[in-house]
Amino acid sequence: MLALDRKLLRDLVRLWPQALAIALVMAAGVATLVLGVGTHASLDETRSTFYERNRFADVFASVTRAPGALVAEIAAVPGVQSVEPRIEKLALLSVPGLSAPATGLFVSLPDFVPQRLNLLTIRAGRLPEPGDEREAVVSEPFAKAHGFGPGSRFEAILNGRKRTLVIVGIALSPEFIYAIGPWDLMPDDRRYGIVWMSERALAGAYDLKSAFSTVHLKLLSGASERAIIETLDGKLARYGGRGAYGRKDQLSHAFLDAELLQLKAMSRITPPIFLLAAALLVNMTLSRLIALERQQIGLLKAVGYSGGTIAAHYLKFVAAITLVGIVLGAAAGVWLGNGAARLYADFFRFPFLLFRTDPSTYMAGGAAALGAGVFGALRALREVMQLPPAIAMSPPAPPQYRRMFVGLGLSDRLPRSVLMVVRHLARWPLRTASAIVGVALATAILTGTLWVFQATEFMIDTTFHRSERQDATISFVQEMPERALFDVARLPGILAVEPYRNVAAKLRNGGVERRVAITGKPAGAMLSRVLDIDFRPVPLEGAGIALTDMLARILRVGRGDVIEVELLEGDRRTTQLPVTDVIKGYFGLTAYMNIDAANRLPREADRISGVHIRYDAVRQDELFGRLKELPKASFIALQRVSLQKFRETLARNILTMVTIYVSLGAIIAFGVVYNFARITLSEQGHELASLRVLGFTRGEVSGLLILEISLVVLVAQPVGWLFGYGFAAWTAAGFSTELVRVPLIVGRDAYGYATAITLMAALVSALVVRRRIDRLDLVEVLKTRE
Amino acid sequence: MLMELEAPIFRVRALAKVYRSGDVEVHALRGVDFEAAAGEFVVMLGPSGSGKSTFLNIVGGLDAATTGEVWFEDHELTGMSERELTLYRRDHVGFVFQFYNLVPSLTARENVALVTDIARNPMRAEEALELVGLGARLDHFPAQLSGGEQQRVAIARAIAKRPEVLLCDEPTWALDSKTGVRVLEALMTVNADLGATTLVITHNAAIREIAHRVVMFGDGRIVSVAVNERRLAAADVSW
Ligand SMILES: Nc1ncnc2c1ncn2[C@@H]1O[C@H](COP(=O)(O)OP(=O)(O)O)[C@@H](O)[C@H]1O
Ligand SMILES: [Mg+2]
Repeated sequence: MLALDRKLLRDLVRLWPQALAIALVMAAGVATLVLGVGTHASLDETRSTFYERNRFADVFASVTRAPGALVAEIAAVPGVQSVEPRIEKLALLSVPGLSAPATGLFVSLPDFVPQRLNLLTIRAGRLPEPGDEREAVVSEPFAKAHGFGPGSRFEAILNGRKRTLVIVGIALSPEFIYAIGPWDLMPDDRRYGIVWMSERALAGAYDLKSAFSTVHLKLLSGASERAIIETLDGKLARYGGRGAYGRKDQLSHAFLDAELLQLKAMSRITPPIFLLAAALLVNMTLSRLIALERQQIGLLKAVGYSGGTIAAHYLKFVAAITLVGIVLGAAAGVWLGNGAARLYADFFRFPFLLFRTDPSTYMAGGAAALGAGVFGALRALREVMQLPPAIAMSPPAPPQYRRMFVGLGLSDRLPRSVLMVVRHLARWPLRTASAIVGVALATAILTGTLWVFQATEFMIDTTFHRSERQDATISFVQEMPERALFDVARLPGILAVEPYRNVAAKLRNGGVERRVAITGKPAGAMLSRVLDIDFRPVPLEGAGIALTDMLARILRVGRGDVIEVELLEGDRRTTQLPVTDVIKGYFGLTAYMNIDAANRLPREADRISGVHIRYDAVRQDELFGRLKELPKASFIALQRVSLQKFRETLARNILTMVTIYVSLGAIIAFGVVYNFARITLSEQGHELASLRVLGFTRGEVSGLLILEISLVVLVAQPVGWLFGYGFAAWTAAGFSTELVRVPLIVGRDAYGYATAITLMAALVSALVVRRRIDRLDLVEVLKTRE
Repeated sequence: MLMELEAPIFRVRALAKVYRSGDVEVHALRGVDFEAAAGEFVVMLGPSGSGKSTFLNIVGGLDAATTGEVWFEDHELTGMSERELTLYRRDHVGFVFQFYNLVPSLTARENVALVTDIARNPMRAEEALELVGLGARLDHFPAQLSGGEQQRVAIARAIAKRPEVLLCDEPTWALDSKTGVRVLEALMTVNADLGATTLVITHNAAIREIAHRVVMFGDGRIVSVAVNERRLAAADVSW
């Protein structure tokens, strides 16, 4: 081995704590990159593979009732590859061992011919016999939640008639990777499941012989989705078509899209922060190393090594650190990725989900880390190249200090220790700035991740304590006369009832349109309230429409504008409505009206789609027992129950996330402060030892170091908060979809915890370095010249 | 003398060096003329600040002249690029510094290997250390060696490439008389055995006795030159 490479190895061994600290920060960058990119790729690929293998449809539409003969007509539309008509109905379930009412989404399977689209992956058992009225296949998560297997039984109210069904098979479908019930915040597998049955059996139950209620289409590649949706809507209109839509608006697909978007946003924000911090550290540390080795560099040049060779020597030092960072980071990334895949498996039901990363992910991680290292080294390397060899012949000059703010007379007023520390910090402004930015990045990454929890809490509080204040919502199988409200009110334990009416419609302004359900609510509703952007209840009087902020933004309208409304039920006319309010809404795209005005839209008598209720918790079991048997209900949302479940899941996820991010943030803070302190110590070791010789105590001497670190860390906090707010804003924008918006609320807690964690990490590294001061060998320090 | 018949290895004409830092100009050399014959041992004396180090640095290709000419054999150093100067130092010059300038993370042997790794026709590192009497301390780190031993490692490092010239700036600066003598012995051995032209800067007038020629610097100029009729052995000087 060449002598110069030996030096490299020994330098690495000697400086291992500093090198490791840098490598860890790099590793964090690589790990988050591998995690983010890898998870995104795995999820995306798994989804498309599943879609492809199981022939997931491209276009979806539902109708009240359409004749089977229409299928051939739809199939003849140019660009349509396959058509699958089916019967799809929500129905209440009564499951043994579950006191709360559950709901099944009943989906028909073609008899005698195989499925054409959305093929089931059978996980256990078999498909139902054609025409069998009792056999059913259920979705795997639902089966697992109840410990069901082939042979298990449960009850369902199909079209008002109660039946006992037998499970013959358990399956997964590309349509229901994410299966969430209406009004739910996240999947509740105990209370919502998919039930597949023979088409003949369901047709019999729902009186839909040779008719269908939904139709799914697969398109030829290159066909225009938009044009086909338009044609389809035209054909389905007279059968009560509710507007066809593409994958973008298919619920399961849209949730996955939102998740993928978030992953992408995260993998674009987090890794660069770490890599920037790593670059700063490389810069700081290498600059100091080179300053220390000026004479050795001069010597090497004097004996005939070229500037390039010496620069390469230091670059190898950086490369070695980077390599360690890449290896550690890739390993951590894969480990975290597998954890993430397991976490995802709880929400997204694929027959398979592996965390897979292709070599290009590691290459990207490695290249990014190496780039950061080289970028950080540039300035120091330039210095190496320019250093004149004659340096080797002369002793280093003592560093130039300047008196600052002489006019202010600070020198006389500040304690000598503060003066020393401030002058030292000002002597190397670039390094001081690097350290401040480095520590600020730690605070920023913490602020920029911790805020989400408070924002989520705020979102929940607003949604469930100020807006949707009902305990439960009963959706009817179909619109009911107003007196259905009084039937509900007579159920046991009911404290308050409030009706609502949904009207399916397309809202349009210029070229932009969205399918929504306009929800009609009574004026001055008390349970399910609509809040404006300042969180004040909106009375919903008059005939105008109130749009959520996101919907208003998409349609590019504001309060006072008029939008076009195409009704998808009743007489299906197109009319104009004034926008009377823009309101706050974090979930979905929603629009609200006064219930009477909503009823006047399809020109129907007073009808209601469902009832919000508040009940006496003491009589919950009794009430649930009755709700399960309610023939006119298709779905019962239990906000109180699901909110509790949501919080539990959130708490679990928060714990995981906080652990991960706190570790990552602490790595940056520790790495920066440790390296900074070591550099300071190496520079001032001589001075500090001299002070000891003069009679200063260990405490007084290490106090100087602690003071210097404290100044840097404290100044870094507000900078970190500012950066953190920036990251939060960036993340919020990246997370915002038509499905869900996280409000940008960075609370005092986020700032406070971020700072507390950074301070802790800084303190720990300061204490580690302090031990070196205590062991400072006075004689040795005074003897060596540097 | 034999040496005066041979072509000089160094020729320096009207060499001047001005350092500028801000508005201040320091005239370190004010026109130096100098020649050295191959194999000559020259001692340079003079008060602090008289320009000795500056002179040695320019002759060694570490620093550039402001005006004047420096020739090494038939190469003009004063016209060379940074790259050519690097090659000149690599192939022809050995340096011994006032502060030994050893790499602390490398052993004695490895410090010498730093040079033998890149030299064209080097001796083995062990051989070079043998020559300065350190054959038994090959694997010691600088921190485990005395000052005199460190300086001898530096000399071994300088001669391992069999340089044509050996330039030493205050090699005995930090050494007591007894250790200093061993360093001087090593220098004289190298000068005799390898025939390397040796220029030694020193404050120590006692050392003048071992040189072929003594050059006196003063205020950026050479003020006098004396030739020793009879050289002393290193062991016979002391301070
Ligand atoms: N890098 C430099 N910048 C400015 N002045 C310098 C520099 N190096 C040397 N000098 C000045 O040049 C003069 C000669 O210095 P030097 O050659 O080191 O003298 P000597 O080695 O004889 O003590 C001194 O006045 C010194 O201060
Ligand atoms: Mg000098």
